[in-house]
Amino acid sequence: MTKELLKGNVAIAEAALRAGLEAYFGYPITPQTELLEHLSRRMIELGRVFLQAESEIAAIHMVYGAACTGARVMTSSSSPGFSLMQEGLSYMAGAEIPCVIVDVMRGGPGLGNILPSQSDYFQVTRSAGHGDFRPIVLAPASVQEAIDFTGLAFDLAEKYRHMVILAADGLIGQMMEPAELPAMRAVRRGERPAWATTGAMGRARNIISSIYMQAEEEEGYNLKIQKRLRQIAQAEQRCAEHMTEGAVLLVVGYGTAGRVAYTAVEAARKAGMKVGLLRPQTLWPFPERRLSELADNVEGCLVVEMNAGQMVDDVRLAIGGQIPVSFYGRMGGVVPMPEDVLTTIETEYRRLAQAVPSNRWTKEALC
Amino acid sequence: MAKGTIRIDQSRCKGCNLCATACPKDLIRIALDRLNTGGYHPAMLFDPGSNCTGCALCAVMCPEVCISVYREAPVKGRTPVPA
Amino acid sequence: MAERTAQTESEDRVPGMEAVYEHPRTLNKVVTHYCPGCTHGIGQRLVAEALDELGLRERTILVASVGCSVFVYNYFDVDAVQAAHGRAPAMATGIKRLEPDRIVLTYQGDGDMASIGLAEVVHAAVRGEKITTIFINNAIYGMTGGQMAPTSLPKQQTTSSPFGRDVRLTGNPLRMSELLAGLDGSAYIVRRSLHDARNVLKAKKAVLTALKVQMHGLGFSMVELLSSCPTNWGLSPEESLKWIENEMIPYFPLGDYKVADEVAAL
Repeated sequence: MTKELLKGNVAIAEAALRAGLEAYFGYPITPQTELLEHLSRRMIELGRVFLQAESEIAAIHMVYGAACTGARVMTSSSSPGFSLMQEGLSYMAGAEIPCVIVDVMRGGPGLGNILPSQSDYFQVTRSAGHGDFRPIVLAPASVQEAIDFTGLAFDLAEKYRHMVILAADGLIGQMMEPAELPAMRAVRRGERPAWATTGAMGRARNIISSIYMQAEEEEGYNLKIQKRLRQIAQAEQRCAEHMTEGAVLLVVGYGTAGRVAYTAVEAARKAGMKVGLLRPQTLWPFPERRLSELADNVEGCLVVEMNAGQMVDDVRLAIGGQIPVSFYGRMGGVVPMPEDVLTTIETEYRRLAQAVPSNRWTKEALC
Repeated sequence: MAKGTIRIDQSRCKGCNLCATACPKDLIRIALDRLNTGGYHPAMLFDPGSNCTGCALCAVMCPEVCISVYREAPVKGRTPVPA
Repeated sequence: MAERTAQTESEDRVPGMEAVYEHPRTLNKVVTHYCPGCTHGIGQRLVAEALDELGLRERTILVASVGCSVFVYNYFDVDAVQAAHGRAPAMATGIKRLEPDRIVLTYQGDGDMASIGLAEVVHAAVRGEKITTIFINNAIYGMTGGQMAPTSLPKQQTTSSPFGRDVRLTGNPLRMSELLAGLDGSAYIVRRSLHDARNVLKAKKAVLTALKVQMHGLGFSMVELLSSCPTNWGLSPEESLKWIENEMIPYFPLGDYKVADEVAAL
C-alpha cells in the first residue's frame, strides 16, 4: 500500500477500522476529537456502529456492553476523559473483557490544557481503575507506529482476553506524517467467543460479571489474572534501540520524549559522547529484560519524560540500583527541545565521569 | 426627536456587524479601511445628519459590550454625565 | 425596585449628554475569546447587567463550566470557581449549602448541561437547589470544534454527524426547559432567545427574575437562552441570528415552562 500524509488521530481511527473494528463509542475532547470525527463518517459508511455518547462514563460502559458480545470495540479519550473512564475500565478488568482504549494525553492535572504530555503514565500502567490489574499499554512514537500498534492492540486484546491501552501523547495524535495503512480486514460477524453473551441459543447460558462474593473466589479470579499477567510480561515486552552499542550513558524515553531524545542522542554521538537510546514501546509490560541487559554495560541512565517523573520509577525498579538513574522532564504540556535534552546529557555524562570509577572513562568517554 | 450618539470601543470590536443590523436608522458601518489590534474591521457610527436617537438597540445586540449610548434630552430616572 | 442604568467609568463619555447605556460594572472590560457575533457575549452581558441592577456583585459566586464558557471567570468581576465538564450544578450545590446567603450561578452550554451534565442538573432541580443556571443553547459543541450536541436539530450537519443528525440513531433534540419544568424543585424555568433586540430585552427580564427567585430562596431557577455559533454553523453572525429564529425556535419554543406561584407573586 502507498504512503499517505496522515494525522495521528485519523490514522489510529482508520487503522482500527481496517483491523475489523465493529463498534466505536466516544465523546469529544481535545486533542483526540479527530479520531471520533473520522469514525463518525467511516463507521456509518461501512454500516458499523458509531455513537457519540453523552459522556466518557457512558461511552466506556457502552464499550463494556458491546465488548460483552465478543465484538471488536474501541473508545478514545484524553486525560480528563480517561479519568472518567476508570470505573468502566475496572469493571472490564474484573470481567476479563477484551477492549482497546486510546488515551491521547494532555497537560494536567484537572482540566489542564490541550497541549501534549505523558502525565497519565501511572494511570495507564498501574491499573485499570481500582483493583489489581495491569492493562497492556502500547506507546507509539510516530504515526506509522500508531497505525501498527492499533492493529496489534486488537490482536493482543483477543489473544489474551485482556484490555489494551494505546497511550499517545497529544503530539502523536495531532502530528501529520507519511504512513502506510494496512489493508482492510473483514469484520468477523457471527463468530463470537464462547464466553460472549449473545443469547443462550443451543448452549448453556453465559454470565459476565465482576462480582465474586466470597473472598476465596475473588482471590481465585485475581490469581487467574495474575497468571495471565505473568504470561504477558514474559512474551510481550517491546522496545526499540538506537546507538546502544558501546554506550556509556543510556537515555530512556518513549513517545514524543523518545523522539526528542533520539535527536539529542545523535547529536551527542556526533560530539563524541558514547550515548544510546532505549525507547519502550510497551509501557506495560515494561521492557525490563532488555533494560536490565543494557544496564550491565552502561554506567548511568537518563530518563526523559513529559511529566514530573513517572516511567523513571519503572526504570529504577528494572535496574535495581546497579547504576545511577537521573531524570529530565517537562510538565504542563511543554515539549522538551533536543537542545535541552542534549545539555542534560552533557551534564550527566560529566557528572558520571567524575562519580563513577571506571577505566572506560579515561579512554573513550572523556573527549 | 431627541439627539443621541454612541461611542464604540474600537479596540474591542470584532466587526461582527450585529450593531449595524440592529440600527433602525442604518447609521453604523464596518470600517473596511482600517484594522484594529485584534485584526478586525471595527464598526463605526456614520451619522452626518445627526439622526441617532440614542435608542441603544446597537448596544443591546453588541456581544462585545463595546458600545456606549448617550442622549441629549434628560430622561426621567437617568443620571446625567457631568459636563 | 427602581432600575438604574449602570454607572461606570467611561473614557469616551459625551459631555452634556446622559448615559443611556454604559459598560456594566460587573463585566470586565477585556477582549473576549468568543468568535465575532457569538451571542455568548450578549448572554453574559445580561447576567452582568442584572447583577449590577440588583446590587449582587459582591455576593455572587460564579461556577464556570466547560465549553466556550470555560473562560467566563475572566469576564465577571466576581468570585468564581471552575467545574469539571457537566459538574457545575454539583459544585454550585456544595457552595450554596455552605453559603446560603450568597448568589450562586452556573453558566453552562448544551454539551455541558444536556450531555455529560444531565444527571447533575436534574438532581439539582429535584432537590430544589436555590441556585440559578444560565443555559446557553446553541445546538452544537463549540469549543471542541462543532460536534453534534443533544440539542442539535434533525439533519443538522456537524463534525460528528457528517451526514446530518439521524434521529433513528441518535434521537431527537433534547428540550431541557421542558424536562426540568416537570420537577417539583424547579421554581422558574423559562426559555428565551438572543436573536434580536426585542428578545434580548425579554431575556434580560428573565435573568432578573431568575436572580430574584434565588434572592427569595424559592427554588431552582434556569433561563435557557437560544444562542448562535456562527463559526461552527458555517454562517455569518447575522445569518446565525436568522437560523435561531427560523430553525431553532420551532424545536425550542420560547416561553415560561415553570413559574411557581411564589415566583408569580414576586
